[in-house]
Parts: sequence; structure tokens; C-alpha cells
Amino acid sequence: MIGLIGRKVGMTQLFGEKGEAIPVTIIEAGPCTVTELRTAQRDGYTAVQLGFGTRKESRFTRPVLGQFKKRNLAPASQLREFRVDTTEGLAVGQSLDVSIFERGRHVDVQGVTKGRGFAGVVKRYGFAAGHASHGPTAGKQPGSIGASAYPSRVIKGKRLPGRMGGVNLTIKNLEVVAVDPEQNVLMVRGAVPGPPNGLVVVKKRED
Amino acid sequence: MSLIDKIEAAQLKSDRPDLRPGDTVEVSVRVIEGDKERQQKFRGEVINVRGGGLRKTFTVRKISEGVGVERTFPIHSPSVAEIKVMKHSKVRRAKLFYLRRKTGKAARLTERKTLGSGETAKKE
Repeated sequence: MIGLIGRKVGMTQLFGEKGEAIPVTIIEAGPCTVTELRTAQRDGYTAVQLGFGTRKESRFTRPVLGQFKKRNLAPASQLREFRVDTTEGLAVGQSLDVSIFERGRHVDVQGVTKGRGFAGVVKRYGFAAGHASHGPTAGKQPGSIGASAYPSRVIKGKRLPGRMGGVNLTIKNLEVVAVDPEQNVLMVRGAVPGPPNGLVVVKKRED
Repeated sequence: MSLIDKIEAAQLKSDRPDLRPGDTVEVSVRVIEGDKERQQKFRGEVINVRGGGLRKTFTVRKISEGVGVERTFPIHSPSVAEIKVMKHSKVRRAKLFYLRRKTGKAARLTERKTLGSGETAKKE
């Protein structure tokens, strides 16, 4: 589904009708320019390529810059494709803003999670930690990682410490709480991957 | 002003007093029962003020029928209809959690008749 590219601004709360606090993430999304349409005949699939953000012209490579020049568009620093059923009503050069989203509907938000570095199993996989006192015991260690003579090896896929975060993650089905096309602001209920100012892709959902 | 501040500022309520720990307050809370709405009063001492901006909350403690009762309110919540400050007290802590361990006479606070310099500065 069509969506927008944006930046996560941060989180705050709103008060609902009953006075309840709603946790929201503010996303500054769009306006995005349609930079290219992918068609089934030519590309084998149907999609829209959107551009977002700016960058000094000298920071682009010439081939990329040429793509924008060819279409008479301002160069966009971020390009993403969105698979769509049909490109009807969309044309190269067209601008899309947050008004494509509706309050009360749902979206998927994709971003790169914060890098956690080399993390242990408690943080990385939510293993239960042992007790902190009472002698030489577990703490935050993973415990036994398998049997002995048989199979004489560690089973593949065993959850162990390692690099955590810094990967693409999509949070599905977030409710759109507010849309403000004037400020290009979209507010969704709940958390979204990545740090403030991190790039996020917001996709509309069929619901 | 950052975007978050702007969005939060739009929701701040201007009629909220500047609460300090030790203040005796009467909070009118909107209660919805079925399709009727009424106001319930909660009177006690502010023992905790935390957070800032829209996320600021305060905790009120009172003794109800011999049992200590505490309620925490978001200061800018629409469910809070009114906050009336009845009196100020002389306190030497930012958090008055020690009151939980005190009962009767020991749990009293002494009233502060004059406003502290910090408060007068804020009023201007």
C-alpha cells in the first residue's frame, strides 16, 4: 500500500475523551514526491517510488542526479518504493502529504531499531535473570546451552549473546491518532522503531 | 520551540495553579456514571510533584476513615475540573513520602503564612 517517508520526532501523550492519556509518537512525514512509477510490463511489478528529504547537490553521484534531472525533479535524499495494486491517479512529479492518512485508521511503521551493541541474553531475548544475591549463581548468564556427549555440539539457532538492534523492524497496525497536513505531522498510538530523527516509512493498511 | 513542545503547549491548561509539595488542595474530578457526569472532590496534601509540561503529575494524600488514600492526577488532564489550593505548608523535602509512616499528630504539616521567595518570583 501507498505510504510516506518521514522522520520520527519523538513521543508524548494526548488526552482522550474520557481523560485517559494516549501515548503517541509524532512522525514528521512527507511531503514526498513521486519520482518514478514501476509498471508490470516494464519492471515486472507495480510500485510507486517516492522521494523525501534534501541533500547538497554535490553529495549525489552523477548517475543518481541524472535520474532526477531527466524527470525535472529536485533531488531527494531518500528514495523508497511502495508496492501498489495500481498506479492510477499517480504521476511522476506529484506531491503526497499526510492527508493520505485518516484519523482512526491504521498504519504500519518501518524503521531501523536503535543499536544496542553486544547484548546479553536477558536484554536480547528476555531470558529470566537469576537472583543477584545468595552465593555463586546465575545472575544474567544464559545457563546451560545444551546436553553433553549427545549431541556434543550446540544446536543451531540457540539464542546466545550477540549484536542487538540496528535492524529493520516493522510495527504493524498502529492507530492514527491525529493528522495535521499543515505541519506535515502524523501521530500514531504507541512506539515506533528508531531514535528521534530516525528515518521511518509509514504505510497505509487495508482495514 | 520544538515540534513536541508545540503540540504539548496546545493541550496545556492555563488555569492550573503552581503546586508545591505540602500544599493542601481540593481537586474536583469529573466522574462519568452511565450517561451522567458529576464532580467528585478529593482533598488532601500534595506529597509529590513530578514530570514537566503536559506530563506533569501530582499525588494527593489524605486520611479517609483512618486509612491513608493517595491519588495521582495528571495536572493537565481534562478529567481534573478544578484544583483549589487551600493552604501552603512549611516543608523541607520535595517528596513527602515520609508522611506514609506517620500517623495522627506526627503527620501534621505546619502552615506557611508567607510565600516563599521562589513562589513570589513565579507569580510575577
